[in-house]
Amino acid sequence: MAETLLRLRVDTASGAPVLSLTDFLASDNAAAVRIEPGEDARALLPHLSRIALVEVSFPAYGDGRGYSSARILREHGYKGELRATGDVLLDQLSHMKRCGFDGFAPAKPIAAEAAQQAFATWPDVYQKTVDGRSPIWAKRHGL
Amino acid sequence: MYQYDEYDQAMVDARVEEFRGQVARRMAGEITEDQFKPLRLKNGLYLQLHAYMLRVAIPYGTLNGRQMRLLGDIADKYDRGYGHFTTRQNIQYNWIKLEDAPQILADLATVEMHAIQTSGNCIRNISSDHFAGAAADELVDPRPYAELLRQWSSFHPEFDYLPRKFKIAVIASDTDRAAMRLHDIGIQIVKNDAGEIGARFYVGGGMGRTPMIAPVIRDFVPALQMVSYAEACLRVYNRYGRRDNKYKARIKILVHEIGADEYRRQVEEEFAHILTLGLEPPQAEFERIAAFFADPGLESGLADGYDRSDPDFAVWADQNTAPHKQAGYKAVVISLKPAGGIPGDASADQIRLMAELAEAYSLDELRVTHTQNIVLPHVKQSDLYALWQKLDAAGLATANLDLIGDIIACPGLDYCSLANARSIPLAQKISARFASPERQRTLGELKLKISGCINACGHHHAGHIGILGVDKKGTENYQLLFGGSEAADTSLAQIVGPGFNEDGIVDAIETATEVYLKARAEGERFIDTYRRIGAAPFKEAIYG
Amino acid sequence: MKILTGNDLASGDVVWWDGKGWSRDVNDAVDAGDSADAILAAEEAAQRVNAGYAIAATKTAEGVRPAHIKDRIRALGPTVRLDLSLRPGDPDAASRVI
Repeated sequence: MAETLLRLRVDTASGAPVLSLTDFLASDNAAAVRIEPGEDARALLPHLSRIALVEVSFPAYGDGRGYSSARILREHGYKGELRATGDVLLDQLSHMKRCGFDGFAPAKPIAAEAAQQAFATWPDVYQKTVDGRSPIWAKRHGL
Repeated sequence: MYQYDEYDQAMVDARVEEFRGQVARRMAGEITEDQFKPLRLKNGLYLQLHAYMLRVAIPYGTLNGRQMRLLGDIADKYDRGYGHFTTRQNIQYNWIKLEDAPQILADLATVEMHAIQTSGNCIRNISSDHFAGAAADELVDPRPYAELLRQWSSFHPEFDYLPRKFKIAVIASDTDRAAMRLHDIGIQIVKNDAGEIGARFYVGGGMGRTPMIAPVIRDFVPALQMVSYAEACLRVYNRYGRRDNKYKARIKILVHEIGADEYRRQVEEEFAHILTLGLEPPQAEFERIAAFFADPGLESGLADGYDRSDPDFAVWADQNTAPHKQAGYKAVVISLKPAGGIPGDASADQIRLMAELAEAYSLDELRVTHTQNIVLPHVKQSDLYALWQKLDAAGLATANLDLIGDIIACPGLDYCSLANARSIPLAQKISARFASPERQRTLGELKLKISGCINACGHHHAGHIGILGVDKKGTENYQLLFGGSEAADTSLAQIVGPGFNEDGIVDAIETATEVYLKARAEGERFIDTYRRIGAAPFKEAIYG
Repeated sequence: MKILTGNDLASGDVVWWDGKGWSRDVNDAVDAGDSADAILAAEEAAQRVNAGYAIAATKTAEGVRPAHIKDRIRALGPTVRLDLSLRPGDPDAASRVI
């Protein structure tokens, strides 16, 4: 469903086949992998340098495990595309971006303009995460 | 108390605009109720039995006169002239229109208030000791720590879709006035052997259908690392808390199933990693926050003691005031539990009067208690009599703090769509049966708590006497529990025997008080006698 | 009989299907019979009702009586605040819903 893909990256999206975590771990050179909510993102840490795309699956928007998976990958230096797929809704986009997602493949398309507005929901942020934004506490003290 | 700067204000304003847009999309049919529900819940808006209900946060229970007055004005302008103070330091309005909700949030934002995360599977309003900043027995004021956590937890991007709701309480004295160990995370601010201030983390407590008392997960976290430790606790929960069964999704079940030691191991591992990321606000930020709480304007050099010649006043002053850390002051509790009344309800006029009295007599501060009462924390003892006269004239001077008439009751089936039985009529009948002030004082401290369903919003597990309403083949039935406590001696109440109808349970409670009066030893409260002699004599008297 | 209830989307008011639209008075409720699901689906899609559902009820001399106490309280209002209920002048209203 490439036509519904929203990307915040300038590079070209990876065309590599996306493997399940089990298949990925069994392969030596796969470059794209999908992790499900119950799977441990840390299993990917030894392989980050060869991964161009991690799809994090959201079978239901209310299952928030993917937010932790994303943040863990970014915190350990993953630089490739991190794509939220499935039940990805407009009102979740800004939090997803804050957790390190830079690709979105919603099951129901989201207009690019609405998405841009959603990403701009918060003028500032209270927490330091992995999106590079300076938290309010840092701004208050000139850090 | 804390004041917003331009950042805090901009965040709350942004939330109002976000919700305004979400409501407009819902009204226009662009999103379904299923999609809208979690969005409105994160703004405290429920669809209840009769209408929408709005739950407004009162962070760590502290507010000023201007904020309190607005709460009264909202009751008049958008609701039906009253509000309900809850067991989690929130206020609820029962008759809200969806189309008004964004404007109510905008009104609240003008006085630095909000309904952010007062529902939904996210980190809820941070609660605290209602005597914080006034209590004679506190180590430090816990509220700066609670405010630090409020900011950290507001719109936290990773923890907005947790397995289930998440409640945090922060206290800083050995006397627990916040049911701290019955929270998902309970934090006690403590001093270590080196004299440093830090946080003791209790994780995995809660009430609901599986009540549990939280174990200590870490004895001491340096104060500034509190945010990182909480982050670690939440991340382990977000990843491994159960999502297959709503009734087993709270963190208490995770901690119970894997054990406190294994949970601790996982948290410590995550904590070690998180510490490398530099997520904590600096000392300067803590000091900025703490400065707001440092001095509410207390006078020094006042003497303790006041004129007690009016006997009605003296009774109230003895029952409804607490020691203050500053000589010449008392913390005053305004009971919202008149005999035969609705626990926790206050009219718009009463709310505005309490605002005015806070400005006149309590350095412009009020607190909301988890027992559904209001506190004026800083009252000069020389002002007590004048204050009492004004409260008495407004029907707000019921002298029953911690007595059997000071009942906690959830809204129950009169308002709540989850309830199985009504709670309020029972509270009214019990407080009417025990209306005599002398009789209540003879019985002494007796904490009676009523929930209209197993979700336990009325804290029935933690009552010296607890009542749980159930649905028995389409009629209301009430189970009786004894032996709970949510104070420092936290314990869980146990069911005594078969349930009763409404009148039956009032009789059974009366019988239990008679057993206590006969059996009590010198100085024993109901709970002490119950713990000493056990359930048998009570069962015998009640069931024969 | 099977009757339909829900809330008005904008106001949140409790409403009952009266055969043509949604009434605030439970006594206007009509038997939806086998059409219950179809009516609810159409009405929700048109945003004329929110969070609708079907319940069992009986028709008595006094009016329509939902089978479950929860819906009888919904039909009346809080039993502890009859002044805010749909029967403010009827002191026995609470005892009749129990």
